[in-house]
Amino acid sequence: MEILEKNEAKLNAATIKNISGSQAVLEACIAENIKTIFGYPGGAIMPIYDALYDYKEQLNHILVRHEQCAIHAAQGFARSSGKVGVVFATSGPGATNLVTGLADAMIDSTPVVCITGQVFAHLLGTDAFQEIDVINITTPVTKWNYQITDATEIPHILAKAFFIAKTGRPGPVLIDITKNAQIQKIDFEGYIKCEHIRSYRPKPIIRNEFIVEAAKLINEAKKPFVIFGQGVILGKAEKEFKTFIEKAGLPAAWTVLGLSALPTDHPQNVGMLGMHGNYGPNVLTNECDVLIAIGMRFDDRVTGRLDKYAKQAKLIHLDIDPAEIDKNVKATVPVWGDCKETLPMLTKLIEEKKHTDWLNKFSEFSQKEFEIVINEELNPHTEMMTMGEVIQSLNELTHGDAIIVTDVGQHQMVACRYAKFNQSKSNVTSGGLGTMGFGLPAAIGAKYGAPERTVVSIIGDGGFQMTLQELGTIMQNNINVKILILNNRFLGMVRQWQDLFNDKRYSFVDIESPDFVQLAKAYHIEGQSVSDRKDLKEALSQMLTHEGAYLLEVMVGKENNVFPMVPQGCSVSEIRLQ
Amino acid sequence: MKEEFTITVYTENQVGLLNRIAIIFSRRKINIESLNVSPSEAEGIHRFTIVINEIEEVVRKLCRQIEKQVEVLKAYYNTADEIVWLELALYKVPTDVIAEKVKVERLLHQNGAKAVVIRKDYTIFETTGHREETDGLVKALEPYGLIEFVRSARVAIIKASKGFHEKLKEFEETQPGEEVSENEFLNQKESVFTM
Repeated sequence: MEILEKNEAKLNAATIKNISGSQAVLEACIAENIKTIFGYPGGAIMPIYDALYDYKEQLNHILVRHEQCAIHAAQGFARSSGKVGVVFATSGPGATNLVTGLADAMIDSTPVVCITGQVFAHLLGTDAFQEIDVINITTPVTKWNYQITDATEIPHILAKAFFIAKTGRPGPVLIDITKNAQIQKIDFEGYIKCEHIRSYRPKPIIRNEFIVEAAKLINEAKKPFVIFGQGVILGKAEKEFKTFIEKAGLPAAWTVLGLSALPTDHPQNVGMLGMHGNYGPNVLTNECDVLIAIGMRFDDRVTGRLDKYAKQAKLIHLDIDPAEIDKNVKATVPVWGDCKETLPMLTKLIEEKKHTDWLNKFSEFSQKEFEIVINEELNPHTEMMTMGEVIQSLNELTHGDAIIVTDVGQHQMVACRYAKFNQSKSNVTSGGLGTMGFGLPAAIGAKYGAPERTVVSIIGDGGFQMTLQELGTIMQNNINVKILILNNRFLGMVRQWQDLFNDKRYSFVDIESPDFVQLAKAYHIEGQSVSDRKDLKEALSQMLTHEGAYLLEVMVGKENNVFPMVPQGCSVSEIRLQ
Repeated sequence: MKEEFTITVYTENQVGLLNRIAIIFSRRKINIESLNVSPSEAEGIHRFTIVINEIEEVVRKLCRQIEKQVEVLKAYYNTADEIVWLELALYKVPTDVIAEKVKVERLLHQNGAKAVVIRKDYTIFETTGHREETDGLVKALEPYGLIEFVRSARVAIIKASKGFHEKLKEFEETQPGEEVSENEFLNQKESVFTM
């Protein structure tokens, strides 16, 4: 009897480990196949960092220079890899610095799990040092958040966190762990992944009758038009999407976040939607008879004036998030569900078609746009270079194989308009929130997310100065990112609006910059600045072939505007070419 | 046209969820007229009853946003005629006035008010009913020195609801049935497809 009990105790000891809450956090990360963590230590998260010391082999922690950049890096990682990005930060200012990134990840549906330290549970609500009510601050900008005060909760709460972040419509999750819970020892029986939460339905049930109805509309359509967003990428449905549009010969246009889901040179790729999108897709939105929206949410930058948006068309809206259906534009046929599943169902029911005349109409608009806008942008007669020609030269060297990470502003719109992409998950940008300063840290993350790929971060002179301290992170970790600064010595997009709508009253958009090349040098990063057209190709090629990080500053025209443009408050068909 | 809607939300019992639901309204600058949280018929499931004045389209979108929250199981909205609802009100009146003026006593009696506490200095009455009734009694009592008045949030039962027991079982299944992801469009198929 005694022997039996002893054996049993031995057996339990083998499966149950006595570990700290901090170790449980790291065990959870390992079990979730996390290899890279972006973070910044501080008082309230020290036990986790102490535990991390022994996990160096399994978990690669990247020390950033500001918590905002930790989460932007995690976003970049998630966007280029399709996996969950993980962030560690401390309480108080560490946590509040995450807010911008959380908001960005929320609006752009990026799967991120943030772990923040918190003061001891008995100090909660006492205004303790670096205590802040993180849960309530982050509630509007997280898909889910939770405060752990007892370490026994750690394994299953983290399992829930990863499950919620990556399933359904992805989003950021924040878990706040009090210091006592990080220290507390628990009997750890192993990590069990979460697969079901009764109050959470990541995927709505697909209703076949709606698929049938949608297919009927597509089959009867004379002028069908597909508009797609990031849902195609998040659903890993690029192949299903391509088969779908190819079978019915449907022209397809993308939102900024949908870019790269379909190769840019695909014959049915008709261009970009929205405020600075292409001429044809915008105008023809108001001429098509059936509009098929896939994994996109009708942002106001895409729709322009809503009461004049596609009023003539019947709308089929495919989305995984039921709250998106009818939110901005009323759907004729709502197709709730994961497009990875709904698209093949639709493809099966649609007829093979060509729609040649209708596709030609897009080409006609494209030709007109080329004559009035694109030609001058790519082959300018000005002495100063344009942003477009820089992107064009970059395309010639990368052949569309690079990951392009952009910041926010004119350069972002130009890059989205002219950059070529052959494969998905290649365009990383801050779409919904429009976060300046996103570009550099996101590029760091994107490189870790896809280490075998070339990562070019295209940034404006304004946005670069918001997070340039991350040059330190690049230096310390030898991160091979290419930084391409398009410098117009202005906060260009705001200046453009002041030019067009405020009588050229340039109010505080004149921004001076340091010598970026010297600055990079201080971080032991190679670089050069070019202002002459004849040096551009050589400089770009040097940037791309250089081993390791490289900073290239290109001086571009000061007062160039991005066209076409749908002015705010105007209908998409009122798009301006100049 | 704005009208009064009562939103019923079935949720997990979780710290912070009240805030998560409340900010869905405050973000859109919508005033919550009344909010009540209580246990529901299903064990461990809480029930929010929220009253707002809005147009139906906005209310429908709000319910979708509420239902999207991880810890929310289901959100329903109803107009006043689809529910049975009550509010509780308490009135504190000087006892001597009641004793002296027979009118006051009659008034209370007519309004179905019950005495909860009777002390030498004051008496507390309670009524349950609709807003107009409780408001009416406040007006009537004011001239007689109403000391304190308080009214609770609305509690409501949906006339057509079969309760949440069966639904909850479905939610607990890994592969949910159709009940869980009810598709409201299905019931109005014609109007949806003939737009």
